[in-house]
Amino acid sequence: MPVIFEKSVPGRRGVRLPESDVPVSSRIDARYARSTELDLCELSELDVVRHFTDLSRKNYGVDTNFYPLGSCTMKYNPKVCEDIARLDGFSLLHPLLPQLRRGGLLTQGALAVVYELEQLLCEITGMDAFTLQPLAGAHGELTGIMLVAAYQKHKKNKKSEILIPDEAHGTNPSSVATAGYSVRVVPTNRETGSIDLSALESVMGEQTAALMLTNPNTLGIFISDIEKISALAKAYDCLMYYDGANLNAVLGRFRPGDALFDIVHVNLHKTFGTPHGGGGPGSGPVGVKQHLAKFLPISRVIKRDDNTYALNYNYPDSIGYVAPFYGNFAVCLKAYAYILSLGAEGLRRVSANAVLNANYILHSLKKDYHTPYPDGCMHEFVLSARNQTKKGVRAVDIAKALIDEGFHPPTIYFPLIVKEALMIEPTETENKETLDSFIEAMIRIAKKAETCPEELHAAPLSTPVGRLNETKAAKDMDLCY
Amino acid sequence: MTYIANTDEQRKEMLKRCGVSSVEKFFAVIPASLQPKSFSIPQGRSELEVHSFFKKLANQNYYNLISFLGGGYYDHFIPSAVDAIVERSEFYTAYTPYQPELSQGTLQAMYEYQTHICRLTDMEVANASLYDGGTALYEAFQMAIALTGRRKVVVDGGVSPIYRKMIYSYATNLSVDFRETVVIHGQTDRERLFNLIDDSTAAVITQNPNFFGAIDDHSDIVQRCHDNGALALQSVNPIACAILKTPGDMGFDIVTGEGQPLGIPLSFGGPYLGFMAVRKKLVRKMPGRIVGRTVDTKNKEGFVLTLQAREQHIRREKATSNICTNQALCALRAHVYLSLLGTDGLREVAQLCLDKAEYAKERLKAIPGIEVIDSPPTFNEFSVRLPMDAGECVGQMIEKGFAAGFPLGRYYSGMEDFLLVAVTEKRTKYEIGQFAEALEDVVCR
Repeated sequence: MPVIFEKSVPGRRGVRLPESDVPVSSRIDARYARSTELDLCELSELDVVRHFTDLSRKNYGVDTNFYPLGSCTMKYNPKVCEDIARLDGFSLLHPLLPQLRRGGLLTQGALAVVYELEQLLCEITGMDAFTLQPLAGAHGELTGIMLVAAYQKHKKNKKSEILIPDEAHGTNPSSVATAGYSVRVVPTNRETGSIDLSALESVMGEQTAALMLTNPNTLGIFISDIEKISALAKAYDCLMYYDGANLNAVLGRFRPGDALFDIVHVNLHKTFGTPHGGGGPGSGPVGVKQHLAKFLPISRVIKRDDNTYALNYNYPDSIGYVAPFYGNFAVCLKAYAYILSLGAEGLRRVSANAVLNANYILHSLKKDYHTPYPDGCMHEFVLSARNQTKKGVRAVDIAKALIDEGFHPPTIYFPLIVKEALMIEPTETENKETLDSFIEAMIRIAKKAETCPEELHAAPLSTPVGRLNETKAAKDMDLCY
Repeated sequence: MTYIANTDEQRKEMLKRCGVSSVEKFFAVIPASLQPKSFSIPQGRSELEVHSFFKKLANQNYYNLISFLGGGYYDHFIPSAVDAIVERSEFYTAYTPYQPELSQGTLQAMYEYQTHICRLTDMEVANASLYDGGTALYEAFQMAIALTGRRKVVVDGGVSPIYRKMIYSYATNLSVDFRETVVIHGQTDRERLFNLIDDSTAAVITQNPNFFGAIDDHSDIVQRCHDNGALALQSVNPIACAILKTPGDMGFDIVTGEGQPLGIPLSFGGPYLGFMAVRKKLVRKMPGRIVGRTVDTKNKEGFVLTLQAREQHIRREKATSNICTNQALCALRAHVYLSLLGTDGLREVAQLCLDKAEYAKERLKAIPGIEVIDSPPTFNEFSVRLPMDAGECVGQMIEKGFAAGFPLGRYYSGMEDFLLVAVTEKRTKYEIGQFAEALEDVVCR
């Protein structure tokens, strides 16, 4: 399909603006004026609408197809939340308004959203204080590690290292390095799929500033030794960081705060039903225990005795600004609406059904695929295409064949510690009929891998394009039309 | 309200296949000692109740003030087709296009968006978005440090104080040596800035128009950077790029900015859009997703995420940035906005902002006691000196129905009587007139 610039017809207009009604016509001094050509597209409104409608049809979304992308929690995004974020009272509100004198009173509704959502997240995770400022999960991690640094500096501890299990998301080591710490990798016990305790004991020491854990981890295994681990960490004044990427599995059943985690980030776009947007905007609020609250980013929203809300900047130990304002507010608004819709019982039903759906697929597929941890899982699990590789079929071939069956593939080649990994997370909002047809498709593909593997190499055949040449893309670098 | 479909009957069948008697068995891995100490969340509500609850909250906000408030975030007109397109759930319920065959819609749109950013700024390559204008600037100086191996970053005082606060927070533990020049209203102070640039400088950061609204040509600053082996970074207003000398034309190496003016609602601070464009030779150190055009097995054109070897999911602690989820849907908004407006449309928006701001200056100049800071030239925002405390003035203007602007004293001590006034194409001559009358009433009372 041609790019939009190819469709441009000189002189065509999409939007007409009002004639100027002011008796001024200014000209930018030539020294400061644009002297190069401005070459945007020239199209009618229908041209533009049709172009993007055509593009949208070349996409899979949760609304169009089952999307079991492991660790991404691609659950249904309720429409009422979208409606709420569009309300004029929120969408037209300027973020500097509450910073004007007495301006807090002009934005009581919005400040209430920030404050009350923070309170709910505290209760859900068992933490004492939250900030909504981080703009995505990885941004929450970076903020969390900055809090670690602030704490250790405050305690005058000289610590240089942060521990991360080998199954962790790539953002963990990357956020740690970005914040100026070095990364030490802790191996996973291959038997249990959980962090290797004796290895952890041997690498933890005075130099350890924090331990980052995702629980359940990316293998979909709950780390049951968490109290032992946290006691070990406390002995070295090492902070416990909870990566909330997989919080959906344990909503209402486990709170990181109760297991002595000091810092947690949650991904509103995973656990709390806000859409992923094709790669954002997300939101990665960070919660802490009381002893770290004074380091949280500013501004913070407080509730006064008279039940009004206000911005407060008076936190001298704060790490400062991590976002320009109060976070990805419209995303937070949707998550707040989601939590209020579901309520306590609804949230517990989320984890119950997310875990049941994942186990149902796991137990239905373990005959046809190698499963490193076949006994059970939390909200997601990892299969390996290792048996299929004997016939020359790899995880990527299975993924592409699933596309022809009408499904978005699982996450592939992650976690790195499982060869030919396929990581499957169905989420709670999928019905049994969908899960059954996915299972049937997976079994069909496993059979095909035995009988006619070459067919799988040719997949996908049903899509607008086939497998794309990524080497050529990186070499030619055609990045701009 | 929950969004779960399966019935009890279905759950029973599923449990049977798993070989367990109840869902609770799956959670037996959680030690009994770690049962939640509390989980006091209000009871769930119906959609109708949720909707009315939020309508009530929304109505507690003063969103109907006639706005002259900017500070880098502006009340621009958003054509209806932008929302209509971005609300297609094929776009907004998708995730990062890891599987290109079924993400060609998102991927092609991102490639086109990158092209739009390049054409606006006259740069060679853009990424597929960062979080906002401030974090984009942080990523930019990190990139400059990595490229030059130097640690001194010179920041022009005209760079938004919000951005400056952000980049300083991020650099706390990174031993970056920040030097800042003082700018009050005017253009960049060349003498002070040049004194700070030497062969240990990684980057110089400027902004155009700067926080006070002043426009400038920074070609000489770029030259001075390059003479010293430093990189030149500029943060720009994308709408101003339609009529102002472009960062590419001035020779900048890395350009960033806040994309909010391009069809993104103010939404109390986000989600917004950080954009970044660089010289092609720097692309391998650029953060964020990048989309490239290639061909499939049958030589048919298509789009993929490319140069992923820079990214966290491949390189882990050696990645150029930790960014994963970015602001793809906001980038799509900006792209649709630019597609609808086109060359003439965007120029007209910029020209209307300029003309209306100039008209507002004329009206405010006529008020006794108000001094309009008229030199250097400005684009859509300018500062005025009031015969009273600007914060107090803004408070009184709110009672008259106006968000009169941003009191500069909030970020600059000693400037308590200065007000930063923004005017977009949405303001009418009538509203500007009413604004001037109300302001006269407040300051002359």
